[in-house]
Amino acid sequence: MSDAAHAHDDHGHHAHPTGIMRWLTTTNHKDIGSLYLFFALFMLFVAGSMALLIRAELFQPGLQLVHPDFFNQLTTMHGLIMIFGVIMPAFSGFANWQVPLMLGAPDMAFPRMNNWAFWLLPVAGFFLLVSFWLPGGAVAGGWTMYPPLFIQGGISYDLTILAVHIMGLSSIMGSINIITTILNMRAPGLTLMKMPLFVWTWLITAYLLIATMPVLAGAVTMLLTDRNFGTHFFNAAGGGDPVMFQHIFWFFAHPEVYILILPAFGIVSQVIPTFARKPLFGYASMVYATASIAVLSFIVWAHHMFTVGMPVTAQLFFMFSTMLIAVPTGVKVFNWVATMWKGSMTFETPMLFAIAFVCLFTIGGFSGLVLAIAPVDIQLHDTYYVVAHFHYVLVSGALFAIFAGLYYWLPKWTGHMYNETLGKWHFWLSVIGMNIVFFPMHFLGLAGMPRRIPDYALQFTEFNQIATVGAFIFGFSQLILLTVVLKAIKGGEKATTQVWEGAEGLEWTVPSPAPYHTFETAPVVK
Amino acid sequence: MAIGNTTTLTKLLVVALGMFGFGFALVPFYYKICEVTGINSGDEQTLVKNTQVDTSRWVTLEFDANTNAGLPWQFKPKQRMLKVHPGQLVQVEYEVVNNSDQAIVGQAVPSYGPRRAAEFFKKIECFCFTPQTLAAGERRRMPVLFVLDPAMDKDVNTVTLSYTFFDTGIKAKKTELPQVRPHG
Repeated sequence: MSDAAHAHDDHGHHAHPTGIMRWLTTTNHKDIGSLYLFFALFMLFVAGSMALLIRAELFQPGLQLVHPDFFNQLTTMHGLIMIFGVIMPAFSGFANWQVPLMLGAPDMAFPRMNNWAFWLLPVAGFFLLVSFWLPGGAVAGGWTMYPPLFIQGGISYDLTILAVHIMGLSSIMGSINIITTILNMRAPGLTLMKMPLFVWTWLITAYLLIATMPVLAGAVTMLLTDRNFGTHFFNAAGGGDPVMFQHIFWFFAHPEVYILILPAFGIVSQVIPTFARKPLFGYASMVYATASIAVLSFIVWAHHMFTVGMPVTAQLFFMFSTMLIAVPTGVKVFNWVATMWKGSMTFETPMLFAIAFVCLFTIGGFSGLVLAIAPVDIQLHDTYYVVAHFHYVLVSGALFAIFAGLYYWLPKWTGHMYNETLGKWHFWLSVIGMNIVFFPMHFLGLAGMPRRIPDYALQFTEFNQIATVGAFIFGFSQLILLTVVLKAIKGGEKATTQVWEGAEGLEWTVPSPAPYHTFETAPVVK
Repeated sequence: MAIGNTTTLTKLLVVALGMFGFGFALVPFYYKICEVTGINSGDEQTLVKNTQVDTSRWVTLEFDANTNAGLPWQFKPKQRMLKVHPGQLVQVEYEVVNNSDQAIVGQAVPSYGPRRAAEFFKKIECFCFTPQTLAAGERRRMPVLFVLDPAMDKDVNTVTLSYTFFDTGIKAKKTELPQVRPHG
């Protein structure tokens, strides 16, 4: 109730706190959305720098730059931060900005909880990063946190578990907020099946988060008690079973990979119709495909662990259920292509990133199908083929969709058009750089190069050098993104209300930049 | 609107808490599945499972027990003779008494007759695997759990298992077990 009271307060035109207090105490969905996005942008550079250190070390065989243990810390933290500190907060930022605007709602359902959900994140991020300076360094057991390594490490392991707890809490609070907003605060006439697809994908994502984040919290709690309170959930010496951790972890983490991609599907489903100047092809099938991907994600987890020694029946089950996911995903790719078919397409930066998303995400999807085949996976498990696969779905998938959404909505947020020339430079350098980094990794994996190792056999040298060059191109071209964002915030060509010729939806009916308070009286959707 | 939001909040919180509990419920669930399907039973002796009992023949086992000179222990098998099928899981017991007034660490060493029987005499649990510490005057019953491999030559119908206890000469201490290589 106090949430509602505060929300009411904020909507009155009292003097707002200024400076740092404005951001610390804000309950405005646009402020919080911006905070999420700035946090994600900052963390992108932090975790990206780690990736460049990894690639620099792998430029040559042998050990050059970093100690192997520090290398392991880098791979672990790169993974954890990119997932929990970049992709998820960026999507939450988009949700905070766009969900109320797209629904014609004045704000999120629980503005005060929204503030908490964001401000927990920097705390968790601090715990993760500070562990680099603690005795023993940061966690080095891989982002998957497998025991027995994870129940043996030092203080930073406890700190990381705490950080995961906090991030989980933040996600759950954010998800509750998003679901409640979508279910209860839509403008009159905006039925569920009229909602923009971005809102649909976030609704389903939020349900996935609420269903799986607590399972992760449970799993890391068990790690914590194994480490400190003498339990033996995963400690084989006490009768526990480390393989059980993998089952519980992947029961969370497979839905988690869809949490990382469904909002991307949503963004792309907004961008492509705008620049193809056609309504989205197969709207209803898109909604059902998203929902079936979400449901299927709960029964495929063990394809991440084919090598633990499962019975053949189990391997077959997880193999076929995994392949089944290609069906709804294929429906989506088909619909995006069909939307572009015979459209009056223009190729502004958001559209370029969206098209790159469709092409490159599909490559990542296909390598995922290859890995779904149990006998092949046993060969490729923990090789660079897997690294190539998940970077195609997470970099050219999730991250490119985030770029697309950023360029797409930046004029609405800042009121200024971004610099199209710089945007195009950013796109081409990113898409070329990204492919130079990750495409050779397929070959490295097929040739047997293991992941998470700072050294490698001589025959892998050339492809590693190519990948490292690509990584530096890709990494440094993100400085262009930073420039574009900062320039658009400071000034530039004034954006119109509709911004894009083909843009449709409630968010394009408010002025640019979107005023601090929008839709205080709900619009009516016919 | 605020009432509706609170209701939704409560429902979603219940789901989140329920899933936190579900994470822990996966633990007994996991062990139950493993038990029902018989997978992940790496802690049991696969040897026993894979052995086919050969009911077509009997083998007579004779048990013998000796102590090395100078070890003041009384050592004897609880049964002198046993008829078994090869492949059958068998447990027998030996009894040992320390007749001296001080704790002694002893180690039992087996021998077989005929000697070739040693490779077919698959022990799963035996007091001879580790040194035994007996306090002054202590009496102890000790098991041997084994399977006679059905691959044993058909013409062998009697096998003798003989143990001899030796004084390891190690000072008996409760905390520090002597590192003697187990025989078996």
